[in-house]
Amino acid sequence: MRRLLYLLPVAVFAVLALFFLRGLSLNPRDLPSVLIDRPVPEMALPPLPGRGPDTGLATADLKGRVSLVNIFGSWCIACVQEHPFLMRIKQSGAVPIHGIDWRDDPAEGAKWLKKNGDPYERVGADPAPGRAAIDFGVTGAPETFIVDKAGIIRYKHIGPVTREAWDKTLLPIIRELETK
Amino acid sequence: MRRLLLILACLTAFAGPAIAADPSEMLKDPALESRAQHLGKELRCLVCQSESIEDSNADLARDLRVIVRERIQSGESDDQVMQYVVDRYGDYVLLRPPFKASTLVLWVGPFALLLAGLAAAAAFYRRRTNAAPPPPPLSAEEKRRLEALLKDHPPS
Amino acid sequence: MIAEIGHFALVLALAVACVQAVVPLVGAERGERAWMDLAGPAAVAQLVLVGIAFAALTHAYVTSDFSLLNVAQNSHTDKPMLYKVSGVWGNHEGSLLLWITILALFGAAVTAFGGNLPPTLKARALAVQALITVGFLAFILFTSNPFERLDPPPMNGSGLNPLLQDPGLAFHPPFLYLGYVGFSMAFSFAIAALIEGKVDAAWARWVRPWTLAAWVFLTLGIALGSWWAYYELGWGGWWYWDPVENASFMPWLAGTALLHSAVVVEKRDALKSWTILLAIVTFGLSLLGTFLVRSGVITSVHAFASDPTRGVFILMLLVVAIGGSFMLYAVRAPALKTGGLFAPISREGALLLNNVLMATGAGTVLLGTLYPLFADALSLGKVSVGPPFFNSVFVPLMVPMVLAMGMGPLVSWKRGDLAGALARVKLAMAAALAAAIATWVMQGGSAGPWWAAGGIGLAVWLLLGTLTEIAERVRLFRAPLGDSMRRAANLPRAAWGMTLAHGGLAVLIAGMTASSAWKAESVQTMTIGETVTVAGYAFTLKAVRDVDGPNYLATEGTFEVAKDGKVFALVTPEKRTYRQPPRPTTEAAIVGTFLGDVYAVIGDAVPEGGWVTRLYFNPLVPWMWVGCLIMVAGGLVSLSDRRHRIGAPTRARAAAAQAAKA
Repeated sequence: MRRLLYLLPVAVFAVLALFFLRGLSLNPRDLPSVLIDRPVPEMALPPLPGRGPDTGLATADLKGRVSLVNIFGSWCIACVQEHPFLMRIKQSGAVPIHGIDWRDDPAEGAKWLKKNGDPYERVGADPAPGRAAIDFGVTGAPETFIVDKAGIIRYKHIGPVTREAWDKTLLPIIRELETK
Repeated sequence: MRRLLLILACLTAFAGPAIAADPSEMLKDPALESRAQHLGKELRCLVCQSESIEDSNADLARDLRVIVRERIQSGESDDQVMQYVVDRYGDYVLLRPPFKASTLVLWVGPFALLLAGLAAAAAFYRRRTNAAPPPPPLSAEEKRRLEALLKDHPPS
Repeated sequence: MIAEIGHFALVLALAVACVQAVVPLVGAERGERAWMDLAGPAAVAQLVLVGIAFAALTHAYVTSDFSLLNVAQNSHTDKPMLYKVSGVWGNHEGSLLLWITILALFGAAVTAFGGNLPPTLKARALAVQALITVGFLAFILFTSNPFERLDPPPMNGSGLNPLLQDPGLAFHPPFLYLGYVGFSMAFSFAIAALIEGKVDAAWARWVRPWTLAAWVFLTLGIALGSWWAYYELGWGGWWYWDPVENASFMPWLAGTALLHSAVVVEKRDALKSWTILLAIVTFGLSLLGTFLVRSGVITSVHAFASDPTRGVFILMLLVVAIGGSFMLYAVRAPALKTGGLFAPISREGALLLNNVLMATGAGTVLLGTLYPLFADALSLGKVSVGPPFFNSVFVPLMVPMVLAMGMGPLVSWKRGDLAGALARVKLAMAAALAAAIATWVMQGGSAGPWWAAGGIGLAVWLLLGTLTEIAERVRLFRAPLGDSMRRAANLPRAAWGMTLAHGGLAVLIAGMTASSAWKAESVQTMTIGETVTVAGYAFTLKAVRDVDGPNYLATEGTFEVAKDGKVFALVTPEKRTYRQPPRPTTEAAIVGTFLGDVYAVIGDAVPEGGWVTRLYFNPLVPWMWVGCLIMVAGGLVSLSDRRHRIGAPTRARAAAAQAAKA
């Protein structure tokens, strides 16, 4: 019994070492969203200037079809990188994309879309302090949510949507949600 | 790439801690402002991940500070404000983890450690006293001799 | 060319370390004196070789040799010379080289000062030390070579993080590493003792000075880091419970416990296997800190850029060094003979209580620091453990510790008299209670935090308890003054060391309590000529001008600070924007007074006119730094004790016997 006590340090250390080994392959910065399987937050965002009168984004707009909600901003560097791919999704007609222009001057957002192309069906302006984006639990731009026909959030993608992420993860989820 | 950007964002946020709480953000009522600061110290900045929103210069932290103050001003209780943030970001934002099954070890652990340490010390003493019976107390004669000795040679 | 010499010297050092790790160990086993004696010269050779490598890297930094990748990434020609030199260890590779240099320094110091160590113990300790060196040299050579060339070299470097361009932080890492690496000596001696199967008072006497030296350096390193955070981050805060701070605090707690348990081994020949365990744990926590900071397992604002390969390598190092040591411990420690009588109410009992509380404290910090990782690995969700957790769990654990500390030294060895000790601290107890009540009244009752009175009461209790003990020893007021003076001069230095260290902690506690409880703060926009009053100090913004620094531009504000209508100081905080890398920093202006720091920060200009300013009065903050310095002084005084001088074994025994009698 007393001899076992002397084994305690090495046992505790072994457990710690296993955790460390596991920790090396975990990213402490990956944050899962708490909004998965919850309805889209209440919002009624005004349109960007020059995009037409009824092009803002409200909660009711996200019901009836599977859709993407993409949080972007004209100040966001990674959004520029992501943008061409969003344009391609739009061209493919796979799924409607809506945008939330986060922490941005709506006029700047509109200018940015004019310059880089406009993949969005509806875009809501959400200037600082970005209440709607915070309701979505935003941690940075870009972020993309998949919303099902009933207006429930089903998936969150952090960072630019790449071809790989689209083919492997996002598109299969969208296809599956569309059959339901 | 995004990870890199996050790290960069954090570094700059960390590097420029100049003035996070801008005077324009602050509430006029000092009692409400002090409540807001207290709550802000308990909420983690999501972009930097190791600072509270009160200490961070990141934009998102600033937005959360503003929203916390708005909600306080609208008459919400501290719990309601915290719940508002937790509903959006999960327990992760709480710098004081809530007491629940998944944090039981964290909260109880230190006190369990202390008890284990004290128990180990008690066991150690029991073994020691069993192993070596205490010498009998000094007899009256011995005491007198000791006192006499001490008088001649006070201990230094 | 010089860089290649440095690189080559490291490779040679690895070869020497391999020899030093094996030959003396085998020699000690077989009793071959010549093999054992190889350890000394090998340790000196290592210092020379590693020293050459360190000098080579420093040379590259001083001459801004951007053909080295490491220099190009972390330096710049415009940087002041001090920061070119401190830039050597302001990055992962260079700091690792500093770590190894210090390791070699300690190894050579054992050779130089360990003349009277038993030859087998010395050979084994140096061999274990060399094993650690092998691990770190392999780490630096295979994953983090600081001498990697860059072709073609860039025109200039990308500069050092401006936050690191600061005298406080320039010297923070060397002291921290002197502490961490210093604990490797206690570790090596512990492993050597386990191999020999013998731990006795002599062993404890050899280990104590090394542990004490490491403790002094680590205390100084942590204090420097805290001081830096206080004036550089511009918040007036001095401890954030950040994982990196915790990484340095855990070895400090364990090392402090080790210092105290080693005394019990020396004086009472007890707690041997526990002391050996503490020596392993203390160094293990130092290594763990290195792992946490460099592997990216835990998020921290201060961590080095993480790299999974490096993480795997340090984890392997940790498993071999610490896992292996614990295995050896499990096999050999049960055979260690334990001493005789050990009563709860005695000096050794008090020291054991200290150890239980210190170990619990270190365990708590470890649990809090690693819990996010545990929860994540077990899919319990993402958890944050921040300052509110540590403040509400760690601090209460330390309260009984300080309570016991005020009285522990008054209890005598072997068989203490609790009632007698209590009678002697009556005065301290009454004064502490009075101080707590006075604090409560002065802060206006519940207008201030409830714990402030407790904190000040504890500080007074500890200070007076400590003073009572030393006063008793010199029979102050009970013997003629001259007699007391003579006694004071004859007291062993270690006794004075303890008095200073404990008294320093009392001053530190007072500072920590007051600055956390009664910080006065005011944030506002100010225009030239405007006055804002904080805690009785009237700050008037006199002027704002642009300053052109060596590698930055700054906005400098001039505040006139007046107290009771009299001008008290002119302070000039700055907001700097460094050119390379382009990043802002704040330089708070601080004027220390006996009762606290007057602290001013200037921020951005506001479009409507004026500047954002933050003005503080941080009560008793200077007491914290003074308290730390007193603790360090206590360590140094104790280190100068004749008994701790390894060169005087006979005298040491006599002095020890005398002290035990006292």
